[in-house]
Amino acid sequence: MKELRYLDDVSSLVLDKDKCIGCGLCTEVCPHSVFEMQHQKAHLVDFNACMECGACVTNCPTDAIMVNPGVG
Amino acid sequence: MDTPEKFNANDSAPNNTLITTDGIGIRNSMDEIAPCCSNENDNCLAAHEKPGYLLCSYVKRLINTKLGPVPVIKAELGKDDIFSTFYVRCGIRRHRYTVSPGLYAIGNPDADSEVLVTANFKLTFDMLRKELDGINAWILVLDTKGVNVWCAAGKGTFSTRELVKRITDNHLEKIVNHKRVIVPQLGATGVSARDVKKQSRFRVIYGPVRASDIRAFLKNDKKAEKQMRQVTFTMYERFILTPVEIQTILKPALITALVLLLLAGIGPGIFLFSSALQRGGVSILALAAGIFAGAFVTSVLLPFLPSRKFALKGIIAGSIVALIPILFAASAVNGLAGYLALFLFSVTISSYLAMNFTGATPFTSPSGVEKEMKQYIPVQLASLVTSFGLWIYSAF
Repeated sequence: MKELRYLDDVSSLVLDKDKCIGCGLCTEVCPHSVFEMQHQKAHLVDFNACMECGACVTNCPTDAIMVNPGVG
Repeated sequence: MDTPEKFNANDSAPNNTLITTDGIGIRNSMDEIAPCCSNENDNCLAAHEKPGYLLCSYVKRLINTKLGPVPVIKAELGKDDIFSTFYVRCGIRRHRYTVSPGLYAIGNPDADSEVLVTANFKLTFDMLRKELDGINAWILVLDTKGVNVWCAAGKGTFSTRELVKRITDNHLEKIVNHKRVIVPQLGATGVSARDVKKQSRFRVIYGPVRASDIRAFLKNDKKAEKQMRQVTFTMYERFILTPVEIQTILKPALITALVLLLLAGIGPGIFLFSSALQRGGVSILALAAGIFAGAFVTSVLLPFLPSRKFALKGIIAGSIVALIPILFAASAVNGLAGYLALFLFSVTISSYLAMNFTGATPFTSPSGVEKEMKQYIPVQLASLVTSFGLWIYSAF
């Protein structure tokens, strides 16, 4: 999806690195490769690609990710 | 079931062979219903006929499991399926296009075969099964009320609860001797792998986004490559959505067209029929141009239109397409006001519908859409009011 990007700096995605246990599930479920594992921790490598689908939030075992898309 | 020894003539049926070790015969626990079934003989399906029931056309045969017969589905789509797909893509009967939730089989699955989870939207079901030719697997269909996996996951019907319920209700632990299910990655929005494990003891493995990658995924030891994990929105994928986009606004568009016809009759003196027809016709043309620009051109040419804001993309597409009604307007409109009214009308409709298309794309965030709407709905409203004013003014 390099050719199709939506607005920058709008996503409500927040990653709490302290809570991250490095399971890597967020990198598996994200449909836009927003996360990448670096040094056993998830990192936001493409924040602006986030579409707030919430797959990472639903699957994070330690509630380290939050997204609050509001009414849309 | 009859012992296969009696049917030497039919011995080609592979599922009736006995595995013997030291004189002890072990029957395959998932034998087919009748020996003749291996040759897709319709007579054995007849054995399952029930008054008032009809077997679905995508059922090839039935296999016996410890928990009773399970329908084996065809991997190839029939003419009916293809015609129905076409209708549904056009928005006809698409809200009632379902298959019954529950357990299905494809190929010749056994207790070691994988379980693929999907939604009960028939379009989804068909897209999955046509990729499974030659694969032996169980298919667990969740009740998503006829909605595709991703949308259902967002709306909460493709959920942890529903998955656990289907695993339990279908006694999956008695069908397979492993504890894993393959869930399409886009289902992750509604499914918590951890909670499924806790509640059903089954482990969720997230499969690829697209059914077309399942074969490669299974071959690759159930590991998805990065490209299998990413959604796409190709020109074809965008194009195929446009009929439904247009169909859903058909009704309001027809009402608007009627209003435009009545409006066109307003002029100096009395209601003029010829004027209604001429001015009405050209304003309806402007309406059609706006719809075409917003719901078709913008969608198909999405990455080629400047700006990331859909509303602005719609304005750009609309500005070009609006030239068509303006070319035809010469005989019906006199003066700049009329032309400007038609132009603004087309562009506004295009902008609004383009913004509406954000709901059908796989990459727009609700926060972004909200920001865009706050910015552009006032602009669109102002433009519409101006267009209306100019149109009335141009009649006098």
